[in-house]
Amino acid sequence: MTEEAAVQPLVPFPQDRTCPYHPPAGYDPLRAARPLTRVRLYDDRAVWLVTGFSAARDLLGDPRLSANQDNEAFPSPTAGFKNRVRGRRLSLLGMDDPEHKALRRTVIPTFTAKRISALRPRIQEITDRLVEDIIAQGPPAELVSAFALPVSSQVMCLMLGVPYDDHEFFEEQSRRLLAGPTVEDTQRAGEQLDAYLGALIERKQREPGDGLLDELIHEPYARGDIRRDELTALAALLVVAGHETTTNMISLGAFTLIEHPERLAELRADPDLMPAAVEELLRFLSVAEGGMRVATQDIEYAGRTIRADDGVMMSTSLINRDPALHGTPDELDWHREDRHHLAFGFGIHQCLGQNLARAEIEIALRTLFDRLPGLKLAAPVSKIPFKPGTTLQGMIQLPVRW
Amino acid sequence: MRIQVDKDRCMGAGMCALTVPGVFTQDDDGLSEVLPGREDGAGEPLVHEAVRACPVQAITVEET
Repeated sequence: MTEEAAVQPLVPFPQDRTCPYHPPAGYDPLRAARPLTRVRLYDDRAVWLVTGFSAARDLLGDPRLSANQDNEAFPSPTAGFKNRVRGRRLSLLGMDDPEHKALRRTVIPTFTAKRISALRPRIQEITDRLVEDIIAQGPPAELVSAFALPVSSQVMCLMLGVPYDDHEFFEEQSRRLLAGPTVEDTQRAGEQLDAYLGALIERKQREPGDGLLDELIHEPYARGDIRRDELTALAALLVVAGHETTTNMISLGAFTLIEHPERLAELRADPDLMPAAVEELLRFLSVAEGGMRVATQDIEYAGRTIRADDGVMMSTSLINRDPALHGTPDELDWHREDRHHLAFGFGIHQCLGQNLARAEIEIALRTLFDRLPGLKLAAPVSKIPFKPGTTLQGMIQLPVRW
Repeated sequence: MRIQVDKDRCMGAGMCALTVPGVFTQDDDGLSEVLPGREDGAGEPLVHEAVRACPVQAITVEET
């Protein structure tokens, strides 16, 4: 046991945010404990929490930290996570090299900067159509279900090659996956999505279409480079990793801009600031909190010893507000000299779809505030529900008027 | 300077092509490479930034 643990009980991790865009107030003691410290999980297990920017880069790049969710010692933020993952680890994100590398290489051609740029007009069309609907039906509007979720879900359909006729079914399952009424409902939505993707793959084998799934079916799958179960798991991962994160960035980004009218005015005055604003929002909001690894060997780091089988978690929100890197880390500032952040992670698992995410967030937020310049909250902040600390961070609802 | 990309390490995150599109691009397999004739960095101020941003340290810069 370390000295700090003997003196006071370990801080619990993760905790619910008090403000949707700031790290929980309960993490304040952890801010003084950079670059890494010990925290306590829901099951009383003590794990390492990385809180410093340089330490996160070093450790996420260290092959002695494994992402293999089948490892018995892999940490869980909740009991539900453990039950869900057992025997069904995530494709890519739950794998180590060399297995991970071989599979990742089959999908990276789809996510090049060139291919994403070519998609921009289609993303703009999807966004325009949704904003038109909001204007036609409102005010008021609920922006998670009417905007943030359908933007990312429809772009995901476009990427994967899901036929447009199926997009409503697809969105419905996505909605249940994100915030189903119960754990069982969320699980059923996951099963329905798996079954749908399985049937879609069969259909595409007969009738080839245009999308990432078609490319995977007609190249690596046809060549025997990936198995059928790997293909379905990979499609499911792209759906989960690709739409929930973006949905949350769009909904929480819109909330944050409404709550920072001076920053919004700066963006209106100079639209060229938008790419910098997207980077700053990614840093500031840190929607993917609590990345997890397990040590496979002893690692000496910053005077501490991470032992084999120790759990290691990343506090993205504290890492992205490390005062060693960012002056005034708790302020939203489009003009920062150092815009570095680890919102997309680091090392071999760094987000595959990050340039797609940047394009979606930029187009969605720019279009929303251009078309609805008088956008404001339609309920007091204290009445607007946001996600608990055990999941990705974002708004559950975002009621607005204009 | 002389810039090289180790395609065996590259994971296709695309940070280099995003940071310095005048020097880095991605091939048809999604792997990064230096644009022909730009191995000297073409005077781009952000080359070192691209090196730092690469999540798998696939870019090396040799000062000449």
